[in-house]
Amino acid sequence: MVGGLDLFLDYLAKYSPIVVFIILAAGFGIVTLVLSYLVQPKYPEDEKLSVYECGSEPFSDSRMPFPVRYYVIAMLFVIFDIEVIFLYPWAVTFDQLGVIGLIEMMIFIGLFVVAYVYAWRKGALEWD
Amino acid sequence: MFDTSIKLALTLSQIGAVMGVVLLTVAVLTLLERKVLSWMQDRMGPMEVGPYGVLQPVADGLKLFFKEDIIPAGANKIMFSLAPILVLVPALIGFAVIPFGPNWTIDVMGVEFKPFVISDINIGVLYILAFASIGAYGVILGGWASNSKYSLLGGLRSAAQLISYELNVGLAIVGVLLLAGSLSLVEITEAQAGGFWNWFAFDPVPFPQFIAFVIFLIASVAETNRLPFDLPEAESELVAGFFTEYSGMRFAFFFMAEYANMILVSCMSTVLFFGGWHAPLPFLQAPGMFAWVTGIFWFTAKVYFFLFLFFWIRATLPRLRYDQLMRFGWKVLLPIALGNIVVTSVLAYIFPN
Repeated sequence: MVGGLDLFLDYLAKYSPIVVFIILAAGFGIVTLVLSYLVQPKYPEDEKLSVYECGSEPFSDSRMPFPVRYYVIAMLFVIFDIEVIFLYPWAVTFDQLGVIGLIEMMIFIGLFVVAYVYAWRKGALEWD
Repeated sequence: MFDTSIKLALTLSQIGAVMGVVLLTVAVLTLLERKVLSWMQDRMGPMEVGPYGVLQPVADGLKLFFKEDIIPAGANKIMFSLAPILVLVPALIGFAVIPFGPNWTIDVMGVEFKPFVISDINIGVLYILAFASIGAYGVILGGWASNSKYSLLGGLRSAAQLISYELNVGLAIVGVLLLAGSLSLVEITEAQAGGFWNWFAFDPVPFPQFIAFVIFLIASVAETNRLPFDLPEAESELVAGFFTEYSGMRFAFFFMAEYANMILVSCMSTVLFFGGWHAPLPFLQAPGMFAWVTGIFWFTAKVYFFLFLFFWIRATLPRLRYDQLMRFGWKVLLPIALGNIVVTSVLAYIFPN
């Protein structure tokens, strides 16, 4: 498994800068927030801390129920996004796959369109 | 051990430079946006701070830094504090895979080093898309944790909008991947060398990706919550959407993330469709050692053109209604993007490069 180790070291070399970047970016955020926390004035009052509601007293729970539409859109997104991601490896290896790959993907996109038309006809894409 | 420390020092300075340039550009953009909008509306814009108002970003930054950071009553403190960082970090680290200049590998004391890209990973496009989606978590988390109705509605709208248009971004990129045969942004740039007729937006053989570019542009305006798609923060109905309750530095982070995302999608448009750092005509590119000078110049020029386009669109178009926005994304952009993939793949098979 010498090849495996080399591959691992190669990935380590390529992805370690990204890990460093994530740490630095998060560090920038946290340090700035902490520094700002140290220098800012703090005069909390009840009126100031109450949530904004056009100047009137907030009424009822603000974590209110929301339309089920959002949930339907989220489900459709999960389904369609997986199908989109499936196109990526095919697109990258397009040259090597030849006509078989093209035909197979046309069938797949056909299925995609069937699901899409079904969702459309069922009214899942309507927003009213 | 010596090699590792050299490598670390080089990487750190590179990341520092990229982060510095991005944050500086964010500061410049906050002023530039107001100035451009002012010019388009025949007024002056900020003029008070410094000559011609150029120090306005500094004043804004200092003001927000010293402002009281209010956590509203009933808010979920941890998530409320976490959300701005969760939005800002993905917006910044996307730049790790963007090639700003020629794909050179130089030798610094025995260590191989690519000066113009932080990390050339072979899944660059996926990496950016993945982290762009994480930004959506920060938005919905911030909206939910604020314990405010406006924030919750803004967060929900934003989440639905981001995922709907992400689909179109994903589909629009497939055409480019078909032509480039790689997910690495460096290799996608290299595939467009030569002149503007080789850029994927215009390349006549097998099929110009201009339609895909337009879809990508519209979808990225929606992804960055910019007008005319800024429904999540529509002032006239939701006060400020998901960051209604934010103040001080946390508010600044949401603001910075929005501008950093704008820069990121402009960089992506440049790299994917407009040849990255390549000059539009071959003779406009300096030869040999000095290619990086013109490379960085053209890259910056293209990115600023797209940023200007963002402001221009904002000044021109009115805001959509939410049902129009969702209908447009799902029923107009998605079929066109899918059709583009079918046409591109068939033509790419018939006329291989």
